[in-house]
Formats: sequence, structure tokens, C-alpha cells
Amino acid sequence: MTQPTTAGTPLPVAGSPPVTAGAAQTLLTVNNIEVVYQDVILVLKGVSLTVPKGQIVALLGTNGAGKSTTLKAISGLLSAEEGHVRQGSIIYRGRDIANADPASVVQAGIVQVLEGRRIFKHLTVEENLRVGTITRRDGAVREDMEMVYHYFPRLYERRRQLAGYCSGGEQQMLAIGRALMVRPQLLLLDEPSLGLAPMLVQEIFAIVQRINVEQGTTILLVEQNARVALSVAHSGYIMENGRIVQEGPVEQLKNNPDVKEFYLGLTESGTRKSYRDVKAYRRRKRYM
Amino acid sequence: MDFLLQLLVNGLVIGSVYALAALGFVLIYKASRVLNFAHGDFLALGTFVAFALATSLRLPVIPSIILTLVCFFVLGLVVERVVLRPLIGKEVIAVIMVSVGLSSVIKGIMYLVWGPGYFLFPEFLPDVPIIIGDVYLSPMHLLGLAISAALLGLFSLFFKRSTLGVAMRAVADDQQAALSLGVSVRKIFAVSWGIALVSAVAAGVVVGSITSLSTEGLSAIGILVFPAVIVGGLDSVPGAVVGGLLIGVLENLTAGFIDPLLGVSLRSVVPFIVLVLILMMKPYGLFGTVEIERV
Ligand SMILES: Nc1ncnc2c1ncn2[C@@H]1O[C@H](COP(=O)(O)OP(=O)(O)O)[C@@H](O)[C@H]1O
Ligand SMILES: [Mg+2]
Repeated sequence: MTQPTTAGTPLPVAGSPPVTAGAAQTLLTVNNIEVVYQDVILVLKGVSLTVPKGQIVALLGTNGAGKSTTLKAISGLLSAEEGHVRQGSIIYRGRDIANADPASVVQAGIVQVLEGRRIFKHLTVEENLRVGTITRRDGAVREDMEMVYHYFPRLYERRRQLAGYCSGGEQQMLAIGRALMVRPQLLLLDEPSLGLAPMLVQEIFAIVQRINVEQGTTILLVEQNARVALSVAHSGYIMENGRIVQEGPVEQLKNNPDVKEFYLGLTESGTRKSYRDVKAYRRRKRYM
Repeated sequence: MDFLLQLLVNGLVIGSVYALAALGFVLIYKASRVLNFAHGDFLALGTFVAFALATSLRLPVIPSIILTLVCFFVLGLVVERVVLRPLIGKEVIAVIMVSVGLSSVIKGIMYLVWGPGYFLFPEFLPDVPIIIGDVYLSPMHLLGLAISAALLGLFSLFFKRSTLGVAMRAVADDQQAALSLGVSVRKIFAVSWGIALVSAVAAGVVVGSITSLSTEGLSAIGILVFPAVIVGGLDSVPGAVVGGLLIGVLENLTAGFIDPLLGVSLRSVVPFIVLVLILMMKPYGLFGTVEIERV
């Protein structure tokens, strides 16, 4: 095998037509879901959101708001944590997938990249990618591996190494690349910026954006880093305490005074506030 | 010197069988963190079933063995589905107690059907010794070694080269992450039980052909698997192989050199002495997983 090129030419991938802006068909609709853990802990208290095909939708909110729970409700991974969708529906391509088996959700084309990377440490980089193909029945696995290496050339360099010895940034790339091996229609990304240096965050988000444009992969992006998430998303939702409190196209959110203050850390005049001030605001807002 | 060489060779032959038996044990532990105390009993039961097919039903030996292996693969899937799946997420001790119970049940069945006596597997190889240098080997020893080595090689290829095998290792590493990629963890548990019973029965048949069949003797291999896997590292397949070989060699060296001196048999005690010594020095065994920490 030859080293894949790193040039910006998109690789053709069968079955994923280029996205045309504006022609937004709905891929996923979450209708007023309630999620409970262990039958008693109510975490999502009626969450609704819509993910249009081919777009990047950001789901923002502070720690503990229920963002990861929302993603797990969609991917079916709640069941592994004694959680379930108690009310509402999750419609994906005309089918209700609430409380579906995670493997069947993956087969339908939805894959979640878990928070904290969660790569298989004792497997090589290439073996990690290989696990992503377990539900595949077609023979295009080799081409897709080339596609992942095309977006993440660093993974190609490390393909024979144990993933546990990769750097944090490389592990995040691997977690995303591994999910791409599923050849998803909808990619659920949970805090890809977590614990990474700003330069790396920029690099990874640029690649995520390219994947969205070139592969036509729809993305639901959970982030605490609102600034970087809103820089790539088409629309966004803001979640607090198990509820959606703001939603709209990115331009609208960026100009919303609350979002500016609490999530982007900007004052009315648009200058950056110090982190301490923002934190104080947040605290005040919580107890109000 | 010749005597030493002979003991080493015998030790490697029997050790390769322990390695095969240990592999199945490690597999179940790696996938589902279940310590299977019934492993030796499945091994013994499978060997007796193959024996019964070959003697009572008068099937040819090789087809009897292959049929038994297939049946035990299926039995592994069934045991996982019926006995262990309801226990997923329960306390470790509950799962251990169930496997201990399973062990008693299987032993009981074997005593009922075959009693405590010794049986001989029908001969299917000529009994002419093969002499290499000064070392004597029976054809059965050689075949046993070849079968163990071939199966161990096959399993390691499976874990390295097949997507299912790689996914099994992934489940051992991070179950939820594997689930997120569409790996059916239940299927992985089931397959690991299937493979574990196949490896156990293969080991039992080899031992049974080399020596003899008895309920007590065969299920005792399940106990010897413990030093083998713990010496190697409870969750390491290569460790199981090295551990198995080590225990086999030590047993034979003890029987050859130490037992005649003392006039008592220490061969079955030595593996456990080694076990304790190694655990004191390396608590994760020689090859056990140590958390990878990036520098
Ligand atoms: N497995 C679980 N069992 C019980 N409570 C949970 C579980 N997972 C998350 N929670 C609770 O649900 C709330 C939302 O968590 P999460 O969805 O992880 O938030 P976020 O991703 O926005 O930080 C938190 O209060 C958390 O303690
Ligand atoms: Mg989270």
C-alpha cells in the first residue's frame, strides 16, 4: 500500500452524494424525550431537536446538562448504563429508534464517538479501525481505511503501534476515524476538544468540517467549547439541566446576549471576559 | 543429560496441553471477567463424550473427536446464553458460585455415567516409539504436541487476523466503546465460551489419549490451569501458553529429580509453589496487562 496523499482533494466514496446547501431534509428528529437512569433518576426532561441531513448541529451546555445522555439516547448506549427513554420518540429516517439495540442503530448508520476518546489501548491503531467494520457486509473496507488515513495522515504513520501509546490528539483522531469506518450517515461527536491543546482542537475541527462537506456526513456535535463548535456548525441548541433553553441558526446564537455572556465569554461590546467573571455569572445563573 | 532432555520433552508435550486448556479459561476471563471454575469439568466431560462416541457408538476415533468438538462449541454458546447471561452485571461472587455449582453438576453426571474408574481411549496410532537422538517419543505424544501447537497457532491467527477476533480483544479492552461501534457484546461472550470449550475438550482428548481417562484426573487439569494462567497473567493469551509450558516442564522435572530423592510425590504441588513465588514478585503474572500510561 502506498502512503495516502494528504492533499485537499476529496476522495470519492460510493453512496454519499455531495451536500447542497439549503436542500435540508431532516435526518433525525428527537421528540420531547424523557430519559431516566435506574428507573428513578430523571435526567432529560423533555428534549426535542432536529438534525437536518448534511449539516453540523451543535449541542452546547455546561457539565452535567445532559448532553452525553442525549447522544446515548440516540445511539442506544443508555441501555448499557441502566438508562432508558421513558417518553417521546427518536425518529431516524422514518423509524423510531428510541431504546433500540446499539448494534442495530450502528447498522442503520448512526455512530457515537464517546466522550474521552475510549480507544482500545491494547490494540494497534489499524486494529482499532478494524473494529469499526464489524457490522459491515460490503467489501469496501480497504478503501475506507485509506479514506481515514487520508483525513488523518498521522494515524497512517502510527498504524502498527499500540493505540495506548498515541498522543491525546492522535487518540481523538483515532476515535473519530474508527467511527468513520462504520460509514455513518450520522456521526455523534461527544466533546472532541476535551483535554486537547487549542492548536490540536483547531486541526481536528477543520478535519471534522471537511468530512462533513466532502463525505456528506451529518454531524451532531456536543461541546462545552462553544466558540469552536459554533465556528463549524450550521445550527445549535443550548442545554441546561436536562432541557433545551436556546436554539437557532448559528448566526442567531452567536448574537444572542445570553450565549455571548455565558458560553462565549463576551461582554456586550464583544470583548472577551475573563474566565473568572464568566464562572461567577454561571454560578449566579444556576442558583437564580 | 539424556534423562533431563527426556523430561524436558515430556514436560513440553504435557505443557502444550495445559496451554491449550488455559487458553480457553483466559478467553472467558478476558471477554467477560468470569472465572470459570467448571473449566476442568467441561474438559473431562468432552473427553468422555468423545470416548463414548468412539466406544459405545463405535464411531471411528477422529470423527468422534471432531463431532464432540462441534457439539461442545454449541454447548459453550448454550451455557453462556442460559446460565451466564442472566448474571451479567451481577456481583462477581455470584458468577463464581454459579460456575462452582456447574462444576459439581457436571462432576455428578460423569460419576453417574462413567463412575470413578480409568478408561483407555481406543488406539488410533501405531505404538512404535519414535527415537530422536536419545529422546523417546510415542507417536501419540508427537501428535498431541502437533495438535496443541496447531490449535494455539490457529487461535492466535484468529485473534490477529479476523475481524471477529480483533473485536473480541476490543471487548476485553473497553466494552462500552466496542458497543458504540456496533459490536454485539453478547455474541462475543457466547463465542468466547464456544471457543473455550473447544480448546478444553481438545486438550482433554490429547491428555486422555496419551495417558488414560478418569473423571478425577481430567477435571484436575482445571485446577492446574490456575497456576498456568496466573503465572502467565490472567488476561494474556501468550501468557497462558508460556504458563502452561512452564507448569508442564516443572511437573516433569520434579517427578524426575526431586520425587526420587524425597520418596514422596511433589509433582502436583510444585506448580502451586511456583505460583505463589511468581505472584509475590509479579502480581500481574509474567505477561499480565499493566495499565498503559503514556509518557
Ligand atoms: N449512568 C448514570 N447513572 C445515573 N446518573 C447519570 C448517569 N450518567 C449521567 N448521569 C447524570 O445525568 C446528568 C447528565 O449527565 P451527562 O449527560 O453526562 O451530562 P453532560 O454530558 O452534559 O456533561 C448528570 O447529573 C449525571 O450525574
Ligand atoms: Mg458529557
